[in-house]
Amino acid sequence: MNILVSLKQTFDTEAKIAISGGKIDATGVNLVINPYDEFAVEEALKLREKFGGEVTIISIGGDKVETSVRTALAMGADKGVIVNDPALEGADECVIAEVLAKAIAQQPYDLVLSGRIAVDDGSSQVAVRTADVLNIPSVSSILKLEIEGDVATVTREIDGGTEELEVKMPALFTAQKGLNEPRYPTMPGIMKAKKKEVKTVTLADLGISDAAPKMNAPKYSLPSPRKAGTILSGMEAPDAARELAKLLHEEAKVI
Amino acid sequence: MDFQLTEDHLMMKKMVRDFAEAEAAEGAEHRDEHEEFSMDLWKKCGELGLAGVTFPEEYGGVGADYVSYAITIEELSRVDPSLGVTISAHSSLCANPINLFGTEEQKQKYLVPLATGEKMGAFGLTESMAGTDASGTKTTAVLEGDEYVINGSKIFITNGYYADIYVITAQMDKSKGNKGIAAFILEKGTPGFTFGKKEKKMGIRSSATYELVFENVRIPKENLLGQEGQGFKIAMQTLDYGRIGIAAQAVGIAQGAYEQAIKYSKERSQFGKTLSEFQVTQFKLADMALNIEAARLLLYQACCLASEHKPVSMYSAMAKLFAAETANKVVTQAVQIHGGYGYTREYPVERFMRDAKITEIYEGTSEAQRMVIAAHILRD
Amino acid sequence: MAKGIWIIVEQSKLEIRKVSLELISQGRILADKTGEPLVAVILGKGIAGLADKVAAYGADKVILIEDDKLENYTTGAYTSALNKVIRKEEPQAVLLGNTAIGKDLAPRLAQRLGVGMASDCVGMETDDASFLTFRRPIYGGKAFAEVSANARPVLATIRPNTFPVGAADESKKAEVVTETAEISADDLRAIVKDIAIAVSERPELIEANVIISGGRGMKGPENYKILEDCADVLGAAVGASRAAVDAGWIEQKFQVGQTGKTVSPTLYIACGISGAIQHLAGMGSSKVIVAINKDPEANIFTLADYGIVGDLFDIVPLLTEEFKKLQ
Repeated sequence: MNILVSLKQTFDTEAKIAISGGKIDATGVNLVINPYDEFAVEEALKLREKFGGEVTIISIGGDKVETSVRTALAMGADKGVIVNDPALEGADECVIAEVLAKAIAQQPYDLVLSGRIAVDDGSSQVAVRTADVLNIPSVSSILKLEIEGDVATVTREIDGGTEELEVKMPALFTAQKGLNEPRYPTMPGIMKAKKKEVKTVTLADLGISDAAPKMNAPKYSLPSPRKAGTILSGMEAPDAARELAKLLHEEAKVI
Repeated sequence: MDFQLTEDHLMMKKMVRDFAEAEAAEGAEHRDEHEEFSMDLWKKCGELGLAGVTFPEEYGGVGADYVSYAITIEELSRVDPSLGVTISAHSSLCANPINLFGTEEQKQKYLVPLATGEKMGAFGLTESMAGTDASGTKTTAVLEGDEYVINGSKIFITNGYYADIYVITAQMDKSKGNKGIAAFILEKGTPGFTFGKKEKKMGIRSSATYELVFENVRIPKENLLGQEGQGFKIAMQTLDYGRIGIAAQAVGIAQGAYEQAIKYSKERSQFGKTLSEFQVTQFKLADMALNIEAARLLLYQACCLASEHKPVSMYSAMAKLFAAETANKVVTQAVQIHGGYGYTREYPVERFMRDAKITEIYEGTSEAQRMVIAAHILRD
Repeated sequence: MAKGIWIIVEQSKLEIRKVSLELISQGRILADKTGEPLVAVILGKGIAGLADKVAAYGADKVILIEDDKLENYTTGAYTSALNKVIRKEEPQAVLLGNTAIGKDLAPRLAQRLGVGMASDCVGMETDDASFLTFRRPIYGGKAFAEVSANARPVLATIRPNTFPVGAADESKKAEVVTETAEISADDLRAIVKDIAIAVSERPELIEANVIISGGRGMKGPENYKILEDCADVLGAAVGASRAAVDAGWIEQKFQVGQTGKTVSPTLYIACGISGAIQHLAGMGSSKVIVAINKDPEANIFTLADYGIVGDLFDIVPLLTEEFKKLQ
């Protein structure tokens, strides 16, 4: 079974966000694999252990993205493809999906996996859009995946519960927390990862000439600081509870 | 000259840090309180390849350099110094002498399972009358036919009881002093080989420290490590490398305590300012950062020499000495910054302070390190 | 000529979701500002009866896409059905709730239409140049992006609880149009086999007006009872921090935060939650935040509008009693 994992490099979730020159400032920020994409990598590795085949990591980004692709290789993935092209600066989800689909379509695949959301822009669009370009079915936010022949049985999260679906492969699924526990890269895995193949391609290599976004360039801002709250301390519990209930009722008017 | 860690090193650092924070951090306080050794954490370390970082791939190791090893021990110790020394004692003191002095058969039989983490190792040198001065070794070995018969005991043995494989030293000819000592490989479960007292310690309480007792322990001749009479040399070379592990542990302890101090000083307010806004705190933190960086550079220098199989003795002694003293200074200041809370078990700096002390004592006291350094610089 | 602001109405067992009513109510305001008609689109089986309800909240026109194959949501069938009618009618904007279905459907539909989309929006304004601009949190709410599209229609999913539900006026009527779906076999490559909705008396986390959450300070699964008691008095949902979920005290679906649900209730009560940045990412857009924590240095207090420094095991039951008196 050939599995492609679409992986995005994101800021560490602990990172402080600053804006400089109208852009999000990446200076000094730790870059990691998007945590949800780690679930996708793990699931791909588990499927390969069961069915054989190859796990290929596909990512879009600049020079730094290779570290994250190599980390996935150190976890056990077989090879990587990085689309690195300055023309993708400012690309929106529509463009990224086109590019990913082209990169994916260059190799045989049975399954495409990704995280359900990237923790940076939080748009949760690219994977599902990519499936549409590839004209394959997609299921978002899966919690369980079983495969028999060319049919995948997946459990996905819906509001208030879960849903079980049968999907004809090839298909694309996005991973929700709970699907698995991602493994750590191992020491021998890290040593082997540098010998694995990582191919870098440009838009021209993929035959893409037009990368015009459908969305205008975003304007960024930081949240305005919340005004200092009323914190009750050093009070007896019954008094504090009474006072809080009163404030919520009379001042905040939310009870 | 390049002071950058490689991409591989950075990936290893992140992996071990993520692992330690996710798997070891939460229970560290409990294990310390109850003097609980965790087989589970040991096994997980093995699965990640942390038990055989520097050993050749053909013997089940990772084949990485000593900087990778130092990173491993530092990151484990930054969260749980007891786990750090478990891996360090296993790798540096048991697997390493077998790697350096073992025969091909010994490497296949012992190094492979040690390096893969399938088996745990320990090292028995210290005795009640032989600490810094190994010539006081009272444990004896006598060749009888095809077997050595070992009698005596070893104390303060890290990983004792839990380890499967032990490298120990014994006196074969007292008249020759240090030159009469030999090293042997012992397996747990060999008749006559038992465990005595479990030490109740000030720090690194969740690492196992036991007495080893040998009563007519008979081991096959082929379990002699190196040659008869080479035991002292083997032990000293083992310790030359071993100090890298302890230096890394000390740097990890210092780093862990320093980060706690930074965090607390930013959270805690007094007189309307956070502690970090007071110059007196800032100077303390600056000194911590300075000493940790200096210790780490000495450590990495020793690592680079070890990786290239160059003489490491003086540099590993310097790294261990400076890192251990740094760790002790840093933990003291970290507790001080925490004030009364730092003296309680609510905050990990209390544990770090108890854990730090041993780094000035084991695998050669700070005084012994100064002897090593002095011997080197006064040699010519 | 593109026309209309469209709301894709989400219904479950012929019950319209609250977020859809929020969008129709806000859509009405935008429609009045721009002079565009407000169109509600409902997909499903046996949905004709829902038209009056959305009309009451202000829809000028209701498009019913009625088909047996649309009874349960599937990405393929819903995308195909909507793609067809959107291409025909050419609306200016298509708005959905940022729900499990909205998050799945909107991007696929946007790509099929070859247009842009704004996800998980917490603000929306009319704009002369781009018709609508959207405000959306990024980096887990640590920053915001103001986004707009250069092509029509623009798609957007709006976070539940962002806009209030307006008053229903049963006398309002809308033009009702029924469209066919023509779903192909290709659209049905994913088939729903089973739907398991947990039976709960409490509101769904992402739509709840009030949420009471417990973290590491809850000390164990048995203690969630005190939060549940309080939730029952307030008609609130119960949530949890990652620490409590990772400790196995409560199911993952209750987790609020960067790796859990993103919520925006009127009132969020955080009990024994230290306020890790990843948790704040999931609830920072709540209107009023209350923190109860025994550690006065806990980070959650920096975000809280109200707080009590004290033991939640003492405070919460007392608070429940106080709330009872106010009901």
